[in-house]
Amino acid sequence: MMPSSKIPKHLKLRPPVPVAQGTAESGAGPAKIEIRSLNFYYGEVRALSDISMTIADRAITAFIGPSGCGKSTLLRVLNRMYALYPHQRAEGEVRIGGEDILSATVDVADLRYRIGMVFQRPTPFPMTVFENVAFGLRLHAVARGAELHHRVEAALREAALWDEVKDMLNKDGRSLSGGQQQRLCIARTIAVNPDVLLLDEPTAALDPISTLRIEETLQALREKFCIVIVTHNLQQAARVSHVTGFMYMGELVEMGLSSAIFTTPKDRRTDDYITGRFG
Amino acid sequence: MRRFRNGAFLALAVLATTIGLACLAAILWTLVSHGFAGLSSQVFTQMTPPPGSRGGLLNAIYGSVVMTLLGILIGSPIGLLAGTYLAEYGRRSPLSTTIRFINDVLLSAPSIIIGLFVYQIVVVRVGHFSALAGAIALAVIAIPVTLRTTEDMLNLVPAGMKDASAALGAYPWRTLISVIYPAARSGIVTGLLLAIARISGETAPLLFTALNNQFWSTDLNAPMANLPVVIFQFALSPYTNWQDLAWAGALIITTTILLLSILARFLLAMLQAQRGGGR
Repeated sequence: MMPSSKIPKHLKLRPPVPVAQGTAESGAGPAKIEIRSLNFYYGEVRALSDISMTIADRAITAFIGPSGCGKSTLLRVLNRMYALYPHQRAEGEVRIGGEDILSATVDVADLRYRIGMVFQRPTPFPMTVFENVAFGLRLHAVARGAELHHRVEAALREAALWDEVKDMLNKDGRSLSGGQQQRLCIARTIAVNPDVLLLDEPTAALDPISTLRIEETLQALREKFCIVIVTHNLQQAARVSHVTGFMYMGELVEMGLSSAIFTTPKDRRTDDYITGRFG
Repeated sequence: MRRFRNGAFLALAVLATTIGLACLAAILWTLVSHGFAGLSSQVFTQMTPPPGSRGGLLNAIYGSVVMTLLGILIGSPIGLLAGTYLAEYGRRSPLSTTIRFINDVLLSAPSIIIGLFVYQIVVVRVGHFSALAGAIALAVIAIPVTLRTTEDMLNLVPAGMKDASAALGAYPWRTLISVIYPAARSGIVTGLLLAIARISGETAPLLFTALNNQFWSTDLNAPMANLPVVIFQFALSPYTNWQDLAWAGALIITTTILLLSILARFLLAMLQAQRGGGR
């Protein structure tokens, strides 16, 4: 992959991103996600402290930071994944497309249908490639018959997997390679056409070639979705994202255009982290 | 000195293995040589004879198959659902801990006690021995086996797979049926086969419940012949034709259990290959 010394040069190759006046938290589209004073607790332990930010639509926002800094937790708040586990709770306000998703009246199944998530380890379901992608579509009865086939093919094409699997749609999804499995999971997630795509270290378990293919896929998808990615790989954040947030010990230390964060960070902790002095 | 100790220990281990295997070989050899002597086409076509005349084991084979299947039909849904509860719903609840403990006790309870239990609550109440009582006794033995394997196999399903299904907006019951059960299918089937193998050779619980029947009977409300009790009765008798049939019956049961165990192992191996193939 890209050596770190080349990042600034590489960043210059990226098309310029419009910057909203006065805020560092800006991106390509209008604000999709608005977070105000978010606190998160694992039992008595506070994992997120007073987080506030906006995340732009049709852009890729990356969160970086050392292990345990709360970046995955933040992602799990956005689709209320945490609600699957006891003793975990979030306080504050999280608005996605204007709707407060932390409200008790929100139907979490419906919310998760609109907020797609891809995990660190590929998680193909024990069914065929086709059925894997059709899973969400069948679940919510949004398509059937020819329309279903059409949507599955479209999703696989968007995830850059169609050419590799078009002759083996009836094979078990688990028989694909690791990189293909992860793109299958991306296809499965975008098949239902979510508003937001969350990715939790999607390439941490993959080889460099597969990682590159996923990153290319994300670049193609960013024109349609609000994409939020959590990554341990700083080069990856610099390569794919428009906006980067640096998190440390449950706090959002700094957030701004990736080109600025990786070249002229304002906070010393950010500087220390991206130059490899800790973390 | 150390080398000597090592050699001595190795020798002891080899000796113990040899003794164990030799015993097993001796048992199998006796069984096969006597069993084949008693085996003929009549065994599968005629009823159990009175002393001194010729006959077969047809009614006993039929009875064993019927009661084993009935026992599995009654016992496995209970074990399956209880195992599902332990693995998926009440993983850490005090009730689960209690169920697990009782299940372990039941798993190692002498089968004669289970026979007496069903004798008390079914046979005494109804007033006579019956195939149904036999099936219930076998079911009680099958429950802890299927419960344990179901729980173990469901626990092997990666948590990420459940999360991924929930992240697509699937309700827990849908995740269970569409994702978790299929993922654990071969493991659960293996557990069922092992439970069948376990109960098809049980004698003691049938002795108090189904008893035996010299004649052809398909009435579930009446005593029914079955291989283990016929073997028990015939082997202890002074009549050579009965003893020969007992050997033949023993061979049939052993072969069936052996085949079931091989099938179960084969399924498990397939399961592992499937898991490994995903990497």
